[in-house]
Parts: sequence; structure tokens; C-alpha cells
Amino acid sequence: MTRLMLVLSALVLALTGAALVIGPANAPYGDSLAALFVDDGTPLTLVMREIRLPRAILALAIGASLGMAGAAMQGYLRNPLADPGLIGVSASAALGAVLAIQTGLAAAFAFGLPLAALAGAVLGVVLVLALAGPRGASITLILAGIVVSSLAGALTSLVLNLSPNPFAASEIVFWMMGSLADRSMDHVWLALPLIALGLALLATLTRGLEALTLGEDAAQALGINLTRLRLTLVVGTAAVVGASTAVAGTIGFVGLVVPHLLRPFVGARPGALLWASALGGAAMLLAADILVRVVLPTKDLKLGVVTALVGAPLFLHLIYKTRRQMA
Amino acid sequence: MRNSRVIALALGAVLATAPAGAQDGADPGVPAAPPERVVSMNLCTDQLAMMLADDDQLHSVSYLSQQARGSALVEQARQYVPNRALAEEIYLMDPDLVIAGSFSDRTTLDMLRRLDVPVAVFEPAGNLSDIRDRVRRMGAVLHREEAADRMVARFEARLAELSAQAPPEGARPSAALYSANGWSSGGKTLPGQIVTAAGFDLVADDFGLAWGGFLPLELLAMSDPDAVITGQPYPADSRAEEILDHPVVAHLKRDSMRGIVSDQDWSCGTPLVLDAIARLSDARLAASGAGR
Repeated sequence: MTRLMLVLSALVLALTGAALVIGPANAPYGDSLAALFVDDGTPLTLVMREIRLPRAILALAIGASLGMAGAAMQGYLRNPLADPGLIGVSASAALGAVLAIQTGLAAAFAFGLPLAALAGAVLGVVLVLALAGPRGASITLILAGIVVSSLAGALTSLVLNLSPNPFAASEIVFWMMGSLADRSMDHVWLALPLIALGLALLATLTRGLEALTLGEDAAQALGINLTRLRLTLVVGTAAVVGASTAVAGTIGFVGLVVPHLLRPFVGARPGALLWASALGGAAMLLAADILVRVVLPTKDLKLGVVTALVGAPLFLHLIYKTRRQMA
Repeated sequence: MRNSRVIALALGAVLATAPAGAQDGADPGVPAAPPERVVSMNLCTDQLAMMLADDDQLHSVSYLSQQARGSALVEQARQYVPNRALAEEIYLMDPDLVIAGSFSDRTTLDMLRRLDVPVAVFEPAGNLSDIRDRVRRMGAVLHREEAADRMVARFEARLAELSAQAPPEGARPSAALYSANGWSSGGKTLPGQIVTAAGFDLVADDFGLAWGGFLPLELLAMSDPDAVITGQPYPADSRAEEILDHPVVAHLKRDSMRGIVSDQDWSCGTPLVLDAIARLSDARLAASGAGR
């Protein structure tokens, strides 16, 4: 268990380093890192501090957010198919963000953008949990998720199509697929406070989620307040997913793949899975973001494309397994 | 009269489903007699037509020409009836010549041709030398050749004058054209030629993007250009344009060259680009005078 955390931490550290030194500017790795810490007056410092550093920080924070949110939802619903991207939480957060940008709320008030995305995410989580029921049976969960995400996606497209800005419509791809290209430190400061709050909230779920594996009655007998647990889960998930989506768009499948891969290593304990999934999510998103920069540096290949290429086959595998269990 | 035109239009709509074919060969570009009721349906042909048409010759221009966002001749364009480049509305204006851009909707143009409306199609000017051809051709289709010749002569004289002010190879400051999504135009595009004519070297050319291409923000930062020229933002925010407010771009826009934006004068290949070149030259001179 601790060994797993050590391995994951080392992996995240290595990938962060790689994310900082790999990029189209193609400077020597040593020079790049030196320019990050010491302002040598060359443009390389500008590249490192204003382009690569924010991008690496966001990949780290957003990956951790999505990983932990996925693990928390799966633990709470006791269903391995739960993922904020798949069940429409990210899509509703994107709708909130797009509304904030197009109505001018984001420009009028510094935290307008992430808070609007948070509001959208809360609406999405509550809607899905209400529709899927407290047990979160696979079929109702997935159906509710499909409805919420396609509705939110359609409304996002509608808002962008109505914009007087001719570029807005082409942004539908960004909001549906997600990207970290050309984000700045401003975006980091916008997203980080809410992400930190959400991660802190989700981390308090450890005991509750473990108790919940025994069933709701047993959990209550162990002194777990289920109403509070649910509220913490909703607010925590909405905070991390909302803030992440507000600056990077919808990135799917991270919250699905990472907990699934790590579950065997933590003895299937949902509490222990939380932080492991946060690290794993960070590693996965850092790796995906390095990949989009190496494979198609000038095309702004969307992150969601990479995560979906990895995640969709796994999702199909999970559905197949679920079907066999049900049969 | 009105009724028969509406019926003809309906008939045209039915026929529009049939393949076009033979008509394409006989391009009625230059009408036999001077046209008296001309409709232009493209922002750039609008501007050339307004500059060259005789009084009362031009009836309608595209609605875009009446909007300050892209049009360099808003006031002048307001004297004409606006159109939205729809076959129905243009046909009912009863024009004896329709002038369109090559990016105008093909189905619209095909329908107009089918309804026996002469259509002249103009390719957009891709570089500075194309501008002469476009002015002459506009003169030809409007039967205003003399006015066009005078305009070309003035254009060439002033262009030569501006080019003479440009510093020699090696002493030229570098400039990057940077627009939404990180698109950077190079020296084989009209905006690129405006910049080089004003005495700058283009960063995009160094990266092999002579025809324009996406220039990653990192590479823009590493090339450290003397001037970064961005466009005017559209109303309402978009993520595509957000890159133009990135701290790196803000840092690269040096104080002395901060005021330069590619505005309406850049959007079309007309003699108005000379004003853009002149403004850029002035900014270059002011910056070098300030002892940068």
C-alpha cells in the first residue's frame, strides 16, 4: 500500500519533469530547467514560466481531481462505471462555464468562471444521483448520465452557436474534448483554490466509503452520517470537476480508468483508493498531455481524444463484465 | 411583373436541383454594355465596386460592408441597399450584373445564372500584385476602365514610395502576425505582404509557414519578435482569441509597437492596404527613433 503510493509519487514526479522539458521550443533539458528557476533574460524563461509551468501544474491538479472524483463516485455508488465525464457532471460543468463566458460573468468577476462551472457540476451530480437512485444501479446510472451529458452538451453547443463571435462555434470541440494548450498562470490561480477545497472534502470520505462497503445499514450502525457523506461527495466532486472543466474543458475517462487499474493494488478498499487514484489520475493526464504535444505539436490534439482512446475499450470491457455478473 | 419574377424564382429553385454543366464555360464576366444596376455580394468586391462605380451604377452591397467590424468603407456603404447574399433577394433586386467572390455560395450563384442574371466572380487577392489585376478587372466589368487605370497608377506610385522607405536586408525588424488559435500568416499571404512591404521580416517565414500556419505559443516566444501584430477581437469572448491575451503575447507586444492591429484595411485586396502599410511603416520608424 505505501509502496504503491511511493511508486505512484515517483511516477508523477518523473512525468512532471518530462512535461516541463518537452515542447515545440525543443531547448536542451538542462537549460530549460535552469531557465525555470533563474531568470536569465532569454525567451526560454518566458516559455518555461508562462507556458510550460502552468500547463504542468494544471495537468497535475486536474488529473488528480478527475482520478479522485472517479474513485469517490465509484465508492459511493458501489459501481465501477461511475465517472464524472461519463455521467454528465463534466458536461454540465462545461455548460456552466460557457454560460459564464458568453454572458460576461467570467469577465465581470474574477471567480465567476469556476464558480459557474461549479454550479453546473452541482446541478449535474444532483440530477444524476436523483435519477439513478441511492444504490446507483448500473443501468439507471448510465441512462441518467447519457441524458444529462447529451442535454448539457446540446445546450453548450446552442449557447456557442448563438454567440456573435465567429470562433465560438468551433470551441464546441474544446468544451467536449478538453485541452491544456496555451493555458496561463491566470488559469492556475482560477482553478487551484476550488480544486484544493474539493480534494480536501473528498479526502474526508475515506472512512465513510469503507463503511459503506458493508451496506448502508451497517454504515449507519458504524456511526456514518449518510446525508452528510452524500453532501460532501456532491460538493467535493462538483468543486474539483467544475474548476477543472472551467479551464480545460471536458476530459473524460480518467476517473474511470485510473480507479479501475489501481483497485487491485489497494485490496479493493475504496478509502485507500482515493489518494492512489489522485496520484494515478495526475500521472495519466500528464502522460496524455505530453503525448498530444509530441504526436501533433501544431494541431492542438484534444486531451479527451487520447483519454477516450485509452478509456473507451476499458469501459466496454467493464460493461461486458457487468453483463456477465448480471446473467 | 413582381409575380412573374417570383414564379421564375420558384422555377429556378426547382431547376437548381439539376446539374449545372454547360453554362460554366460561358462566364458572363464582362457584360457587353455598361451595367446600370449592379449588386455586389462580397465584402471585398463591395469595396472595389464602391471605389470604381459610376454614380447610380451600384445598387446594393453586402450587409457586411455596413458593419464597422470588417468594412473599411462603412459610411460609403450605407448609401446602398444592403443584401445578405441570398439568391431570392438578389434576384428580386432585378440586377443586370451580380459581382461575387469565389467564396460566395456556389448554389446561390448557380441559381442566379440559371435565372439569366450575369454573374462576375472575383478570386480574393492573395498578394499585393493581385490587387492591380482585381482593380483592372472590376474596371472592365463595370466599363470603368479609365478610372481603374488611374487607380492602379496611383496605387503603384504610392506602393513604390512606401517600399523605398523600407530598411535593407539585415536591418529589418522582425514581426509576427498572430491571430486566433495561434494562426500566423507568412510572406505569401496578403497580410504577410503588407508587413514585409512596411519593412519587417516575418517570423512565420522562418518557420516555413510562408502560406500561414499554426505557430505554437512557445515558438512565438522563442523567436522573440520586435513586433506582434494581432487582429481586432470579435464581440463576446472566445477561447480561440484568448491566446491573444496570454501573458506571453502581452509581454512580446513591446510598448513602442503596441498600437498595431490588423484592422479593416487588411481584410481585402484593395488599394486601402496602402494605409495599413503606411501605418506600419510609421510605427517602425517611431520605434527605431525611440532607440530601441
